[in-house]
Amino acid sequence: MSEWLNQAITQAQGVSDWLSPKRDLALSALADVRWPTRKTEAWKYTSLRPVEKFSKTAPAAFTSAATLTQIEGFECLDLTFENGQFVTDLSGLTLPEGLSIQLASQADAAKQADILAKFSSIKPERHVFGLLNDALVQDVLVIEVADNVSITPALRLTSILGLAAQAHTRVLVVLGEHAKLTVSEHYQGNEESLNTGFVEYEIGADARLEHYRFALQTGKAVSLGGSHFQLAERADLNSTLVGFGSDLSRVDVDMVHAGENAFAKMNAFYLLDGKELFDLHATVEHAVPHGTTEENIRIIAADQAKAVFNGRIHIHRDAQKTLAELNNRNLLMSNKAEINTKPELEIYADDVRCAHGATVAEIDKKALYYMQSRGVSRAKAQVMLNFGFINELIDQMPNQVLAEWLRPQMREKFSQMEVK
Amino acid sequence: MSNTNTKDTSSLLTIKDLHASVEEKNILKGLNLDVKPGEVHAIMGPNGAGKSTMGYVLSGREGYSVEQGSALLNGVDILELEAEERARAGLFLAFQYPVEIPGVSNLEFLKAAVDAQREARGEEAVSSADFLKLAKAACKQVDLPLAFLKRGVNEGFSGGEKKRNEIMQMLLLQPKVCILDETDSGLDIDALQVVAEGVNSQRSSDRSFVVVTHYQRLLDYIKPDFVHVLADGKIVKSGDASLALELEAQGYAWLQPSDEEGQNA
Repeated sequence: MSEWLNQAITQAQGVSDWLSPKRDLALSALADVRWPTRKTEAWKYTSLRPVEKFSKTAPAAFTSAATLTQIEGFECLDLTFENGQFVTDLSGLTLPEGLSIQLASQADAAKQADILAKFSSIKPERHVFGLLNDALVQDVLVIEVADNVSITPALRLTSILGLAAQAHTRVLVVLGEHAKLTVSEHYQGNEESLNTGFVEYEIGADARLEHYRFALQTGKAVSLGGSHFQLAERADLNSTLVGFGSDLSRVDVDMVHAGENAFAKMNAFYLLDGKELFDLHATVEHAVPHGTTEENIRIIAADQAKAVFNGRIHIHRDAQKTLAELNNRNLLMSNKAEINTKPELEIYADDVRCAHGATVAEIDKKALYYMQSRGVSRAKAQVMLNFGFINELIDQMPNQVLAEWLRPQMREKFSQMEVK
Repeated sequence: MSNTNTKDTSSLLTIKDLHASVEEKNILKGLNLDVKPGEVHAIMGPNGAGKSTMGYVLSGREGYSVEQGSALLNGVDILELEAEERARAGLFLAFQYPVEIPGVSNLEFLKAAVDAQREARGEEAVSSADFLKLAKAACKQVDLPLAFLKRGVNEGFSGGEKKRNEIMQMLLLQPKVCILDETDSGLDIDALQVVAEGVNSQRSSDRSFVVVTHYQRLLDYIKPDFVHVLADGKIVKSGDASLALELEAQGYAWLQPSDEEGQNA
């Protein structure tokens, strides 16, 4: 195990508060866990060296070159963490009816017991850094939407990391029946830092969650986190995940169909350059019949970047009539870039419709010719088509304001990537 | 040689004895066509005659190889040029099956095309704001909702919408020679009129059209100066607009057997 981890665990062992029961569970689980190496399947392509090497002492005060991003026209309530500290003054927010936001530490004992019951009930235990987050978080931000309530402004959860930060954030989002909510998670910072950021979502019957995770930390920011969803009957999840890559960026996603007739869609795309690494492990559990899952993953890797994608869809024996599709397309822009992809379908029910595919995309020759026949040079057409590969998923983002905000950033990053 | 040259300079498009093949199969077997400025030529003919191949070969599609012959656009032999250079020289092919390009917006695509062509002519680029105005006007002219400018190129467009989009591109690019490859196929009568009006609005003394079609119907709207029958890779009969009516009434069978006639004219 790494020295850094040992220190963190020792630190956590001394804490005693309302979260102790779950913290102790996590600590005892961690004691049994073997530190992942490249021989561990879930970490086969992603080296944990940047975590092991991390030796910065957490700074006394937050300083960061990154600031809260302005997104023109984006109607949202901001909930912000700086170096893992929740800095939004909740008493200063005017919340729409039916929306409640509070820190668990400030809730009464009955509520805390409630929260404790849900804490780590959606995020599976197998995620080492999830366990670590369980052990290290000091508080939980709890967001709840009452039954039958549609919340109009989106909630933006931002985690900004400054130099030397060690940040561990935890959020629990609960949507009541027929509730509607949009949550956009933003992770920012490029300085040497380490963070774990986990969010658990419980989506009630007939509720709809529109979700974004912008994992935009770059450079030396080491980030290990996850978004985990549990869907009740007829719940509807539309999730978009965007990755930029850093020395080490890993996101684990779990989508659990707990109620029948739920619908889960996830579009994920990453754009990696230099020596950036981005690793997404997405697991879908179809535990009940009549669930639908659609996943589209697109990856562009240039220079010496490294992308990892593992998409597992597990269809349990009782999950008849499941519809599941996993599509992964990849584009390598240099000989030294690397994309490691592994779609896994595990099916134990006999009456299901599933498809998966992973391809290394080639430029569509017909499209290239069509563009050339209009006078566009071959080189320019290739660039447009390559960007179009990602842009297609930006087009599909349900929130057009976020799409218009993201597109130029992606374009800017893409324009600096070279074909080698 | 000098004799042919003087003739060529007065023509916008001169195809001479063109032989071309796809995957080692000979498709064009000595095609001749001479198109002068302002003229509209219709090319009709049975399936498999080489009508679409002609457009692909001229526009420079990969996989089509020219074995023999020449094609001069405004006096320039285009067969050695890259596809984009042919377009910049003034050639436009309206595709029978326009390609869908998800992720690349129609507007972005149109601007890239117009920019590239202007640059090649040594003209200044049009500002984004000015281009948007031009594009909107063109969009209206072909009766497409403006939202189609934002959508991916041809993505999810119906057959008719794709054809209108082709004509919109033509309006913006202002080519010298337009080859319309079965632009009427799959169009209802309203769409056909829109497309024909788009074409007719562009007819001028310095622009020519080669209209490839199966049906006389389109030629009611776009009046040709000449009608040619293409069969088995070469022109087997040429005439005026009345030839199209004759073909409509009698089909192509009567032209087929005598394949030594007509094309040497």
